[in-house]
Amino acid sequence: MGLKSTLHNLKEKYKGTKMAPAFNALHTFLYLPNETTHNGTHIKVADDLKRTMNIVIMAMVPCLLFGMFNAGYQHFSALGTPVEFLSWDAFYIGLIKILPLVIVSYGVGLAIEFLFAVINKHEVEEGYLVTGMLVPLIVPIDTPLWMLAVAVAFGVVIGKEVFGGTGMNILNPALTIRAFLFFAYPTWMSGDKVWVHGAVERDQMIAAGEKLDAISGETILGTLAQGKEVVYSLSDMFYGFIPGSVGETSTLLILLGGLFLIFTKIGSWRIMLSSTIGALVMGLIFNGLVSADIISEGSKFYGLMSTTFWHHLLIGGFAFGTVFMATDPVTASQTNKGKWIYGFLIGFLSIMIRVFNPAYPEGVMLAILLMNVMAPTIDHYVVQGNVKQRMKRLKVKNA
Amino acid sequence: MSNDIKIKKGLDIKLKGEAEKATENAIISNFCTLRPEDFHGVTPKLLVKVGAKVKAGEPIFYDKSNEAIKFVSPVSGEILEISRGEKRRILAVKIQADKEQSFQDHGKLDVNSAKAEDVKAHLLTSGCWPFIKQRPYDIIANPNKSPKAIFISGYASAPLAADLDYTLKGKEVELQAAVTALGKLTEGKVHVSVGKNTNSPLSGLNGITLHTVSGPHPSGNVGTLINKIDPVNKGEVVWTVNAQDLVIIGEMLLTGKFNAERIVALAGSSIKKPRYFKTKIGSEIATMVYDNGIDKDGNDRIISGNVLSGKHVKPDGSLDYYSNVITVIPEGDDYELFGWNKPVFNKISQSRALTFSWLTPNKKFDLNTNTNGEHRAFVLTGNYEEVFPLDIYPLQILKACMYNDLDEMEALGMYEVAPEDFALTEFVCVSKQPHQEIIRKGLDVMIKEIG
Repeated sequence: MGLKSTLHNLKEKYKGTKMAPAFNALHTFLYLPNETTHNGTHIKVADDLKRTMNIVIMAMVPCLLFGMFNAGYQHFSALGTPVEFLSWDAFYIGLIKILPLVIVSYGVGLAIEFLFAVINKHEVEEGYLVTGMLVPLIVPIDTPLWMLAVAVAFGVVIGKEVFGGTGMNILNPALTIRAFLFFAYPTWMSGDKVWVHGAVERDQMIAAGEKLDAISGETILGTLAQGKEVVYSLSDMFYGFIPGSVGETSTLLILLGGLFLIFTKIGSWRIMLSSTIGALVMGLIFNGLVSADIISEGSKFYGLMSTTFWHHLLIGGFAFGTVFMATDPVTASQTNKGKWIYGFLIGFLSIMIRVFNPAYPEGVMLAILLMNVMAPTIDHYVVQGNVKQRMKRLKVKNA
Repeated sequence: MSNDIKIKKGLDIKLKGEAEKATENAIISNFCTLRPEDFHGVTPKLLVKVGAKVKAGEPIFYDKSNEAIKFVSPVSGEILEISRGEKRRILAVKIQADKEQSFQDHGKLDVNSAKAEDVKAHLLTSGCWPFIKQRPYDIIANPNKSPKAIFISGYASAPLAADLDYTLKGKEVELQAAVTALGKLTEGKVHVSVGKNTNSPLSGLNGITLHTVSGPHPSGNVGTLINKIDPVNKGEVVWTVNAQDLVIIGEMLLTGKFNAERIVALAGSSIKKPRYFKTKIGSEIATMVYDNGIDKDGNDRIISGNVLSGKHVKPDGSLDYYSNVITVIPEGDDYELFGWNKPVFNKISQSRALTFSWLTPNKKFDLNTNTNGEHRAFVLTGNYEEVFPLDIYPLQILKACMYNDLDEMEALGMYEVAPEDFALTEFVCVSKQPHQEIIRKGLDVMIKEIG
């Protein structure tokens, strides 16, 4: 009672001042506000945007925790001194490397959100709660913190705030941040040195003249793109004991997260399903090209094209992108029919880009960003279908 | 001829405090208030002054833009007060009711032999015309335009709505007179819907096209009926009349008296003994609510109408012109610790986001007026479609209204909709956007720009 009334009095005090949005953001974090309906419906459903966003974050937490264990596991495996996966040693490495990423992502992003809310005099919207969680999960583990901070600032301001904030942006903010990193600092974002903690450092030591073995922390996609033999088993890929961005490796946990989102009706099953279908179709086409001998073993595309079509679902960032990023309701298609097309094309293009992009063997980021741009066009044609029906009805009447 | 209409998309909101099927006479209200705001888009021009004596059915004001449309007094008595707001806009006309009611005689009309012109003139002068509304725009019908069809919904699916089968019982003669008369005003049909497997007094009427509807709310909304049977195209007009108002129209045609009596449901979780009352349009709400359970200093929301589209009225307010239900629910002006993330069992939700109303589909909820979150930009997609049965894209049309793109509004189907069609989408809106207000403003812009 005491806290409640104290906060209420503070809220009244800040009302109308510049600090009101910032205070309210913190206040509503503790208490569901005392706001009542005016006109229109006098009752409302229990859900609000905070609850919705919270569900998405909950769906990602297993991926984050797994990522922490995996970070240490991969690190020690690469050093040649493997440890148990579920060990404190493994988790410790993940904790000290990944927690700072999470803190920087939320710290910088939320600071900018608060700043814009105060300047533009609107409430702090919850969109960044999810973005802030996504970002650390989709970057390589050794990404320098300053780099992440710059990218987050860019992504939030250019990717979201210039369009008017949450709900108005065209591109998925987390992927905008990821794309900025990718194009601005490519050496940190691709290659075989960035996916396992310590690899870059070790290279620098070797360059300085120390006699050590280089750590190779190649992703499966990288291996395939070079036409080499993959050393990981399918079950490793499915459970996620492989190198990769922090939270993207465990297909199992992503699948569980996706099922949770579908069950809670927060994530769009249409997008997840159609994207998976799209990826399988593209994979089948490539497999077909290989078995029809159109692509020979010498081709630089052979490695990825000959990958059994459904293995594509297990490797790289495809599963993570499909479940957590393609389904962002603001940047996806907004009509149900449009979602089928949008999702299918994301899956289809992801695998296509993955195979054909020589510099960087992953396509899901670019595929989603591309389809983000196309989504309004897809919706336009879907809605036009409804409009045309209406026009036809009118013509029949007048005829 | 009977047609089945099955509605799949929608949501039945089950609330506590449904009215028991027993009718009492309400205490006779000493005052009767007529509020021009009940008649959207009407600019009232007064015909009486303070102190004047009026009979029940005598005109009080008319519509400035269409002088033929008269608004009459529901009671006989003395004009007590005319309250005005900004720019001298008339807010309310308050009439002190006589102990002995006297009626102005508008004359009987033999509906079977009367011509369309006579029916129209009779409805206009007797004050029955405002009961007839039109689409597009959801305003009082323009008497100069002939509708392609008339729609009447005899099925109430809104939460805690008055059961029309019950309130219309025994009024078959009046209903028949009203639909026969209305049928003369259209070249098309008079479409009437009744609930499936119900025993509606409307189903036995002659001269109508009967439809049976089933499925969740908004299956009983007249807008749903229109959309499924004969949607409004550009340039067309349809009329709608509330089933309960047919009784007043019918009685006036048969007797010449404008009898504003109406059976009203008093419902909601704040009411101790929810049931039906016989009262009059414009009566003080206090005559019904205080004897029946709510405390004078209680923290309750009194709504003239249903919880989705009704008007918020003060305890000294009055029953509005079109409502047949008064709902009283608790106010929700309190904070809730961690209300945004803790599991919720006692509120309705469309999702399963740690909300568990899906486990108890038959439970009756006691909802209050808390918004359960703050107003946000549109973020989620696809959830409106689940409760919106019309062949229209709800999110897109709302956005078109917000940026006032007239061409787009027209193309997306603005001529077909009324604010109440967007009540359910507003209820489920996670971003807490005022859908009905957005649609109302959109319609007003269209009236102004297109006419």
